Amino acid sequence: MSKLNAKIPEGPLADKWTNHKAKLRLVNPANRKKLDIIIVGTGLSGASAASTLGELGYNVKVFCYQDSPRRAHSVAAQGGINATKNYKNDNDSVYRLFYDMLKGGDFRAREANVYRAAEVSNQVIDHYTALGVPFARDYGGLIENRSFGGVQVSRTFYAKGQTGQQCLIGAYSALSRQIAKGTVTMYPRREMMDLVIVEGKARGIIARNLITGEIERHSAHAVILATGGYGTIYYLSTLALNSNGSSAWRAFKQGALFANPSFVQIHPTSIPVLNDHQCKLTLMSESLRNDGRVWVPKQKGDKRNPNDIPEDERDYYLERRYPAFGNLVPRDVASRAAKERCDAGYGVGPTGLSVYLDFRDAINKKGRNAIEDNYGNLFEMYEKITGESPYETPMRIYPAGHYTMGGLWVDYNLMTTIPGLFAIGEANFSDHGANRLGASSLMQTSGDGYFIIPYTIADYLADDIRTPKISVNSPEFENAENGVKERIEKLLSIGGTETATSFHKRLGKIMWDYCGMVRNEEGLKKALIQLDELKEEFWKNLKVPDTANELNQELEKANRVADFLELGKLLVFDALNRRESCGAHFREESQTENGEAKRDDEHFSYVAAWEFAGDGKEPILHKEELKFEFVKLQERSYK
Amino acid sequence: MKITLKIWRQKDARSKGKFETYKLDNVAPDMSFLEMLDSLNQQLIAEGKSPVAFDHDCREGICGSCGIYINGRPHGNDRKVTTCELRLRKFKDGDTITVEPWRARAFPVVKDLIVDRSAFDKIIQAGGYISVNAGAAQDANAIPVPKHNADVAFDTASCIGCGACVAACKNASAMLFIAAKVTHLAQFPQGRIEAAERVKRMIAKMDELGFGSCTNTRACEAECPKGISISTIAKLNREYFVAKLKD
Ligand SMILES: Cc1cc2nc3c(=O)[nH]c(=O)nc-3n(C[C@H](O)[C@H](O)[C@H](O)COP(=O)(O)OP(=O)(O)OC[C@H]3O[C@@H](n4cnc5c(N)ncnc54)[C@H](O)[C@@H]3O)c2cc1C
Ligand code: SF4
Ligand code: FES
Repeated sequence: MSKLNAKIPEGPLADKWTNHKAKLRLVNPANRKKLDIIIVGTGLSGASAASTLGELGYNVKVFCYQDSPRRAHSVAAQGGINATKNYKNDNDSVYRLFYDMLKGGDFRAREANVYRAAEVSNQVIDHYTALGVPFARDYGGLIENRSFGGVQVSRTFYAKGQTGQQCLIGAYSALSRQIAKGTVTMYPRREMMDLVIVEGKARGIIARNLITGEIERHSAHAVILATGGYGTIYYLSTLALNSNGSSAWRAFKQGALFANPSFVQIHPTSIPVLNDHQCKLTLMSESLRNDGRVWVPKQKGDKRNPNDIPEDERDYYLERRYPAFGNLVPRDVASRAAKERCDAGYGVGPTGLSVYLDFRDAINKKGRNAIEDNYGNLFEMYEKITGESPYETPMRIYPAGHYTMGGLWVDYNLMTTIPGLFAIGEANFSDHGANRLGASSLMQTSGDGYFIIPYTIADYLADDIRTPKISVNSPEFENAENGVKERIEKLLSIGGTETATSFHKRLGKIMWDYCGMVRNEEGLKKALIQLDELKEEFWKNLKVPDTANELNQELEKANRVADFLELGKLLVFDALNRRESCGAHFREESQTENGEAKRDDEHFSYVAAWEFAGDGKEPILHKEELKFEFVKLQERSYK
Repeated sequence: MKITLKIWRQKDARSKGKFETYKLDNVAPDMSFLEMLDSLNQQLIAEGKSPVAFDHDCREGICGSCGIYINGRPHGNDRKVTTCELRLRKFKDGDTITVEPWRARAFPVVKDLIVDRSAFDKIIQAGGYISVNAGAAQDANAIPVPKHNADVAFDTASCIGCGACVAACKNASAMLFIAAKVTHLAQFPQGRIEAAERVKRMIAKMDELGFGSCTNTRACEAECPKGISISTIAKLNREYFVAKLKD
């Protein structure tokens, strides 16, 4: 238990962060430039932390595997970013956003962290706006907001369906300014291969130059992982193809605890699988549910053109089951409801694995122009992929793996259990409990980077102002480098017949079938066996072409899939352990009579933080009890 | 569908490249162009050959990673799509497709279809930002911005930095890319403050990095997957002249 000290400050909820900040130590500007900080990742969390720490005068080194920091996966976020400005005068507040997030996360997140995320949200919006992020505006020139995914106030800032792209370009521009100033050094096309720990502290990374294959040592006084989520473990997901879980997994194997790994959000509205060459599922933003109505035919296997199905033969099942929230129920609820209808035989499309999202009524009521103004680029994207226009035929959608609430365990200062190793953005576990509310990831990633980590890391670095540059010639760096080289050698020398992609596909199927939207003990136990078998086969029969000393995309993939095979098991252990349903985690054994998730606060009101116990050994569970001092636990009901 | 591919193969920046021909007998019209290359690669690996290297990530037209010159056109023969969004239904059964990397002095080939576009990052570093530190901003609604300007800013900021404009241009000019950024930032009052410096520094950087100049052939606009309009270049020129006049 001693391992987990969340360091949550005392005092009233609304004062915690203020009080805590007042106590955090500072680093004198003259000392900052002598301190090196490594940041892995250039999404909204990494880019925001990098530019801000650069502005403060630290010596920052940033890594990403894309050719440019501007391409990090955050670029793909569509729907929006939350803040509690209350511009709409609909009685929004920090407390209300906090409560919505906590409730949306099914009371499996820390009150203090969630409150803080809501608290800094307004500053994030101010900063992006100042950087020139073109949020939607009304005719008076002021910023527009919309309601997003399961909340009753309009607090979501957006830039059509490209909010992530527009915000990331803003964050990237600020990062570029620091690169030009020389406070930040950018290392693109680099993959972090391992973390280096010296005398118990995170002091650097081993990176692979993806063009030359060279293995590089980089040292720093502290390391920040901003490496995003691991949703690609399902093979098919809404994430960018190269997203992966390797950096978090390397940290885990070096002693960082991994929290709630099985909490994965399955997003209800993605374009369904069209063929088996497909390697990715394209998200259709949840904002579409503001105007689109979800339905399936009332008759099983109805093959009629949807436009020919009369109103009284349509089952608007979300509106039927959840009259209060209707089409705007949270993601996990919407996803399971779609699965329920399809499993019962009412699904539509060639595979029967999709439901309709229909804009007919909205177009009739608001006019095509209004719909086009809000969703034009999403409709275009849908049409490019499917060849059908949503203005004329209802969209077809199905759930897909999307966001990982789980991640590296961090304390209130966003530090992992390894001193000097911090995790921000989607890579940590801290703010979304068992289910993330729409538009709150961009908010959290940015808040972490701009307004939290710069303060908390200073407190850690205050002890290091006399520590000279960390040498890369220590035995620790030597060993870490050798370990990486051996692993690469091993991957290349197996000489089998099956590609990394093929293994990844098979892994994805196991995870989706047994540890996806719905889980049960029998399936999870089956998954454990199958994952062991798959891992064994991988290390016997993998085929990686070409060599280590060149640009080798298959080698990159193989390295990531090797980690996923192990991470997959951790997800399953976690899902097995949590014999309750909460948020996105639905255990069939724990449901109400009408099939809704049943939480078990008595036994599972904790964060499950797992410790690596050695290869082939079961991970060790540490529990961080969740204390709810300021809200009363409620059953999440959207009826 | 059957197709024949003539693909540029080049081991690394120093090696000489050449075209290789590959045949695929079983591709489907609803596959994306990159899914087709994925399946070719699976086949090549099975045959013990090197797969074709190409940049990609989001696979939905937003990260700007992908970019292939297909039958003489950046991102292929569909309008307003990136390579990852291009579908095989745009080709005919039996087609031969020529597949090359971007060709531009400022974008040297790294391997096969991958080029080095870091010159774009350097142009942004030269001035493609508004100078504001985290924490210094005022309330987001303190400066109203007319909806028209906000819309122009959105449209121009939707540039994904793919480089198709450069690849399409016979002079390999980066003017559309720069114009998009300059126009985007000029829409905001706080963006006007550095406008003159910004445009001069970005253009000077472009010249320094070996991009050509713009002779108004409009090829860039035709190939830009995000529909950035050539009229932004006129805006850029205006900004540039005004800035120079002040010198
Ligand atoms: C399609 C889609 C739409 C979304 N829409 C929304 C939305 O509307 N609103 C919202 O709030 N959230 C949304 N989300 C979620 C949100 O986009 C992400 O959670 C968030 O952007 C993650 O940001 P990040 O900075 O943590 O990581 P990312 O943006 O994923 O960045 C990860 C970075 O880490 C780097 N990296 C990773 N591993 C390594 C390594 N080993 N070595 C070197 N570099 C590495 C990568 O290069 C990259 O730069 C969406 C997600 C998806 C998939
Ligand atoms: S202007 Fe268009 S073609 Fe050029 S980089 Fe931007 S998006 Fe690509
Ligand atoms: S892969 Fe991202 S734009 Fe094509």
